[in-house]
Order: sequence, then structure tokens, then C-alpha cells
Amino acid sequence: MSWLQDETVIQSLYIVAFALFIFGLMGLTGPRTAVRGNLLAAAGMAVAVGATLLTPGLGNWWLILLGVAIGTAAGVPAARKVRMTAMPQMVALFNGVGGGAIALIAWVEFRHSNGFEHAAAYVSIASLFAALIGSVSFWGSTIAFGKLQEVLPGRPVTAGRLQQPINLVLLLGSLACGVSIAVGGQAELLMIGLLVTSAALGVLVVLPIGGADMPVVISLLNAATGLSAAAMGLALDNTALIVAGMIVGASGSILTNLMAKAMNRSIPSIVAGGFGGNGSSGGPAVAAGQRSARRTSAADAAIQLAYAHQVIIVPGYGMAVAQAQHTVRDMATALESKGVSVYYAIHPVAGRMPGHMNVLLAEADVPYDQLKEMADINGEFTHTDVTLVIGANDVTNPAARTDPGSPIYGMPILDVDHSRSVIVLKRSMNPGFAGVDNELYYHPKTSMLFGDAKSSVNELTRELKAL
Amino acid sequence: MLMQNLAILVLAGFVGFAVISKVPNTLHTPLMSGTNAIHGIVVLGGFIVLGSGADGTLNKILLVVAIAFGTMNVVGGFLVTDRMLAMFKTKRTEDTPGGPAGDRDGARS
Repeated sequence: MSWLQDETVIQSLYIVAFALFIFGLMGLTGPRTAVRGNLLAAAGMAVAVGATLLTPGLGNWWLILLGVAIGTAAGVPAARKVRMTAMPQMVALFNGVGGGAIALIAWVEFRHSNGFEHAAAYVSIASLFAALIGSVSFWGSTIAFGKLQEVLPGRPVTAGRLQQPINLVLLLGSLACGVSIAVGGQAELLMIGLLVTSAALGVLVVLPIGGADMPVVISLLNAATGLSAAAMGLALDNTALIVAGMIVGASGSILTNLMAKAMNRSIPSIVAGGFGGNGSSGGPAVAAGQRSARRTSAADAAIQLAYAHQVIIVPGYGMAVAQAQHTVRDMATALESKGVSVYYAIHPVAGRMPGHMNVLLAEADVPYDQLKEMADINGEFTHTDVTLVIGANDVTNPAARTDPGSPIYGMPILDVDHSRSVIVLKRSMNPGFAGVDNELYYHPKTSMLFGDAKSSVNELTRELKAL
Repeated sequence: MLMQNLAILVLAGFVGFAVISKVPNTLHTPLMSGTNAIHGIVVLGGFIVLGSGADGTLNKILLVVAIAFGTMNVVGGFLVTDRMLAMFKTKRTEDTPGGPAGDRDGARS
């Protein structure tokens, strides 16, 4: 047994784990190989855990076991039971606890080493960085979870003009605590001060961010947690943490960038906070009072759909909350049996996360080739007879193209208003998550079918079958 | 040692960029969830610090919580990713030959 505890064996096992992580991530980038990729990455994690437990002289076994047992008992049922619609907040939550773990480990390192008394400068700096970012990530993700779970209001909550100065003060305060520890401060109050100020920073940075920007924020926090894991690895001289953390940091940054680009927003402006919600564009909000939206019934809409040549379905968060993906698919099947060609137009940020709609529709066995990304489908709208918007709002708002005063101006949208007619399935006339009024609803070729997405689609399907 | 670790850090960053830069939109959520699970590797940090003799009740409590958090991150992350991906799997197997007309109700029954 003793040869197993050799440092070389442990390091070699780490190398095996890295190979599995990298190979697994490569698999995760293609639909055919994704499942295996995830399993490979999980296997890599198992190898890394096993190797670490071989470290000579490891004690406190019962406590380690206790921690693992608690984590498993909390994580497994949560991951098993969560509904597909709640996936984004689940990812936010799991990301948050990862950040929390890092912050706690850094705190113990501080206590253990008596304020990094004899530690090299890079150890204390890396630990402090990990503690700061980990704490921001934990609290930021918790707020993101609360907003998506609708425990907290989804709309931006801001301190107005004071927001930026307060955030700046918190950041500086947190950095000041960090610097004074790094230059030799040993008071635990400094470490607690660092953790508390960065926690407040995490809360206050995420609170003002509207729901529409939430995917970008979760991805950003994911990348940040990865970076702080890598920093923790530097402090603990553990290559597994360095490699895995850094890979996540790099990939998360790319993903964040892709999402921000899809919304034509810069990451700094998202983090700087505030998105719609307070009627910043006076024009359409005032005009909305005078315009009226046209209502339709399921029977009329069904006839319109049945005699179309091509129908494009634009799913959004409304479809997700109503769990309507299976009924939508049934309706599409009914339409296809009448010779109508059906496509789904997927906006990069439809729902609460990129790929959110794809996951839901895949669950309902919608053929992969019917799902079209924005760039591929936008030209199609001009020769589409009916576009069916199911619970999507901001991603269809023509104001993004035409109204420079609108908060979403410049965001690429699906050009649904180019199709010959539009049917919008919506619960009510309330504005969307970004809090911006949608002038599409007042367009003469648009008709509204009010109600819960699932029951509306069910009714449509019934009417279609009766035709 | 520091320089070696920094070299590893930088190279790992490039690996992350290279591996991830080409991903279809469809897989963004599972990918985010998968990478999210991988940073749960911090649980190893908890093992090492607790295992190599943390003393004091508060230290121990903090580390047990950290390990619980890290384990939750790892286990929950991989499970959630697997659940998302399982949906792609059932579909992938059926849409190879039949085309859009052939794959109506096959997968569920």
C-alpha cells in the first residue's frame, strides 16, 4: 500500500484526471459526444478525489466523510428532482456553493497560518484573491438564484445614483483588507472584513441586474469561481486545482463573451447594472395607452395556422414556465400532418440561458434539424405565413432595431415582424422580464392569444385536429 | 515551484480557450453546467487542509461546510448536466436514417 502514497503516483493520477477533464470537455462541445464527455469529466473528478485521498498523513477521516455525506445528501436530490425549467437557477446555486467552499478554505488557511505569518507572499496573495472572488461568487450566485426562483424580484433593484459609489467603496474596502493582510496584518477582523465587504459587493452587483442579463451574470460568476479555484490551487500548491480551475475560468470567459455579444451588450455595462424597468424610454410607454392589441381565439388561430405553408415557432421563457414543450411538439406534429412545414427559431438568449430552449425542446423530442439559430432563420421570416410566438418577448421586440431610446436598442432580435402574420401567446399584456414594452403587440398583423402557454397550445392542437 | 505552477496555470488557460471556442449554441447550458461541476474540484482543497490536521473547532466546522459545499458542487453539477444531456441522447439515436417524417413517437414508447 505504501507505494500508492508516493508523491509520483498521486501526481500521475492527477495527470490522468486532467486528460479526462480535457477529453470530457471536448466531448461536451458536440451533441453526439456530450453525454460521454460529461461522464469522462466526472470520472476525471473521481480519479482526482481518489488521488488526493492517498496523500500521506491525511487525518480527520470522519470529518471528511461527514462533509462529503452532507454535500451528497444535499446535492443529489436537488439535482435529481429539479424541473428542466429550473435548471438555470440550479446551475447558479451549484456555482455559488463552489465559490463559498473556496472562501471558507481561504478563511481557514488564514486562521491556520496565523494570518499567513510565515507564508510566501504569493501564498497569501493567491489565498486572499480566492477568498474575495469566492465570496463575491457565493453571494452573487445566491442572489441570481433568488431572482430566477422568483424569491426576489426579477426586476432591477438599484440604489440609483448611489449604486456605483457604494460598489466602489465596497470593492476598495475589500481590497484594503486584503492588502493590509498581505503586508503583515494578522487581525482576524481584517479577514472577516474582506469576506463581508466582498459578500456585500456580490449582493449589490447582482441585485440591480435585470432578468434578461442573468445568463451572462451566471456565466461570469462561473468563470470567476473557476479563477478563484485556480488561485486556491496556487496557494495550496495543488496542480489539480490549478488546471481544472483555470480551464473553467478560460471557458467561462468565452461563454460569457458569446452571450454578451448575442445581446449586443458589453460585460462592463451589464455589471455596472440596471436594465430597463423604470420606463427609461418615455415614447412607447406613453403611446401604449392609446394603442390596442388585437385579440384572437384559439379556433381562429388554428385556422390561420392550418392553412399556412410555413410556420415558425418562437419559444421563450413563457413556454418554459408553463412546461409547454411537449404540447408544443404535439401541435407541431398536428400541423405537419396537414402539410405545414414547421421550424423553431431559437434566439441565443431566449429563456434564461443560452441553449435553454434547445434543452426543453430536445426533451420533447423535437427533431434537431427543426431548431434554427437566429442567423439561419431571420431571412426565412419574409416568406413565413404565420409566426407563433410562445412566451417570448424582448427577443422579438422591433424597438431593438428602430428605437434608439429603448434600453434594448441594438440587441439582435428575431425579425418576426417580417412574417405575414404573427400570433403571440402570452399570459397578459404585462411587459417582459426586461420591463420594456413590446410594440410588436400593437402591430396590425399581430394578434394576441391570451392565457397560459400550455393550455393555449393544447386548445390550438384540439382545434387543429378538429379541422 | 511558483514559476512551474504559473506555467501550468497559463497553459491550462490556453487549453480552456482551445477546447471551448467552438461550441454550438445548443450545448451552451450543458457546457456551462459541466464546467461548473469541474470547478467543484475545490473540494480537494478542503480534503487537504482538513486532512493535514486543521485544529480548533471553528476551523473544523468551516472545513466540513466547505467540503459539503464542494461535494454538492461536484455531484450536483455532473448529475444536472447528465440529465440535460440525456435528452439529446434519446433524440440522436432515432434521427439518423428516418428523417423528419419517421421519428414521430418512437422514442417515448
